[in-house]
Amino acid sequence: MASAGDTRLGRAAGQPAWWLQVVPVILGLGAFAVYATLRAFEGAYFQWGPYLSPFYSPLIDVHHKYWPFSPALLILGGPLGFRVTCYYYRKAYYRAFFFDPPACAVTEKSGRVYRGETRFPLILQNAHRYFLYLAVIFMAFLWHDAVRGFLFNDGFGVGVGSIVLLANVSLLSLYFLSCHSLRHLVGGKLDCFSCAVAGRARHQAWSWLGALNEQHMLFAWISLFGVGLADFYVRLVSSGAIRDLRLL
Amino acid sequence: MSDATLKIFRGTREIGATVDYRVPIAPGMVVLDALHYVQSHLAPDLAVRWNCKAGKCGSCSAEVNGRPRLTCKTRMDTFPQDKPITILPMKSFPVIKDLVTDVSWNYKVNKKIPPFQPRAGVEWRMYQEDIDRVQEFRKCIECFLCQNVCHVLRDHDKQEQFGGPRFFVRVAGLEMHPLDGLQRTGLLKTELGIGLCNITKCCTEVCPEDIHITDNAIIPLKERVVDDFYDPLLGLVRKIRNAKEPAK
Ligand code: SF4
Ligand code: SF4
Ligand code: FES
Ligand code: FES
Repeated sequence: MASAGDTRLGRAAGQPAWWLQVVPVILGLGAFAVYATLRAFEGAYFQWGPYLSPFYSPLIDVHHKYWPFSPALLILGGPLGFRVTCYYYRKAYYRAFFFDPPACAVTEKSGRVYRGETRFPLILQNAHRYFLYLAVIFMAFLWHDAVRGFLFNDGFGVGVGSIVLLANVSLLSLYFLSCHSLRHLVGGKLDCFSCAVAGRARHQAWSWLGALNEQHMLFAWISLFGVGLADFYVRLVSSGAIRDLRLL
Repeated sequence: MSDATLKIFRGTREIGATVDYRVPIAPGMVVLDALHYVQSHLAPDLAVRWNCKAGKCGSCSAEVNGRPRLTCKTRMDTFPQDKPITILPMKSFPVIKDLVTDVSWNYKVNKKIPPFQPRAGVEWRMYQEDIDRVQEFRKCIECFLCQNVCHVLRDHDKQEQFGGPRFFVRVAGLEMHPLDGLQRTGLLKTELGIGLCNITKCCTEVCPEDIHITDNAIIPLKERVVDDFYDPLLGLVRKIRNAKEPAK
């Protein structure tokens, strides 16, 4: 007879292959990371007519007076920090890149020291709310860019790019509004809604954000692809690879 | 009527292996029925813990084909009939005999949590909006499937430093209670080690009561811990207000 410990080897018998969950995350995040890095360093083709790529917004020191490199690098930290410390992405990359755990009830490599988020550097994940505060500023700029995307030289108009930028900022807003830290800030931190100042309104807002929060993973992914595609569109138009179609 | 093969762990903490049993399948049969069939016809000494057979007592937890489940809520027809179904005891707890494990560690953790304590002079009136959240946590049936699947306990053996998802659910129910006057964020940070949880959501995936453990209990509690220990701005506000620091 084998020992009780030996049967642990057969533990995953009949389970769906764990890598089926991990591989799409590795591919999705990996592809975005490579594309975003290349584009951030490129420092060109980020503007055309009324359109500005979301990777370059807000546009700072575009004429390289103080900063010799790509202007995207000046602002990248904000959105990057927001995503990296996001509760959903943390789950995604702890599983896919750290195998901590690779999937549920799938044994991890043993013998590794595990400290979760209790020590440096992962303890810094607790700063997520500060990136949320920063994200408010970014969202304001992106909405401004989206509105400007409708203001052509000859006045109001609608191009494919205008719609792309509007769709992008809408998806980013859904991602932003479904954030766990925002939900906490708006009302989650209260123990008693009816005892708090403006408690009813905060309860209502908290419930709405809670409903969005249930879809946070979905918004995280579609807004990630959305922002990549929006940048790609601006790049195509700006580099002359395609012409922006003016609809109105 | 067709037969299914069950591979059931037989043995103790020291020694054991899976043993095959053929069980006739009846319509609507659940895994616990199959185990009862084995007990009454093939192996009367098979140890199985169960009580209600209705998904309410939380006794019949085991790992069926590598996934932690209530055996009384797992239908046999969810598995392909031509392959054996493996039934093992919960991995994170010491085996007493066969499928019965010693879950007493959980009761020790439970004792660390100060129970409900009403605020001084509180008015005993609650509004529905104040208790919506807490009601979800009261659904827990203490099946300990979440504790079993959590990699912090399962793979990293942090029983000494970590309370586990079930007890975060309990603390969430107390912390968000509109009438409770105690603050347990210090306990969460130190003795219950909430920082060891890396929000990878396996607990949520296995909870038979569909409690959104990670999103509704753990993450909101992590945010409360940030409020009290990791947010320098809030710390400053507290100092200015000369508020009492949370119990360490
Ligand atoms: S989310 Fe946290 S508590 Fe739940 S299983 Fe994962 S590590 Fe454990
Ligand atoms: S939280 Fe869910 S999985 Fe955990 S003990 Fe309670 S009912 Fe079981
Ligand atoms: S939790 Fe994902 S953005 Fe805040
Ligand atoms: S026997 Fe009670 S929950 Fe399964």
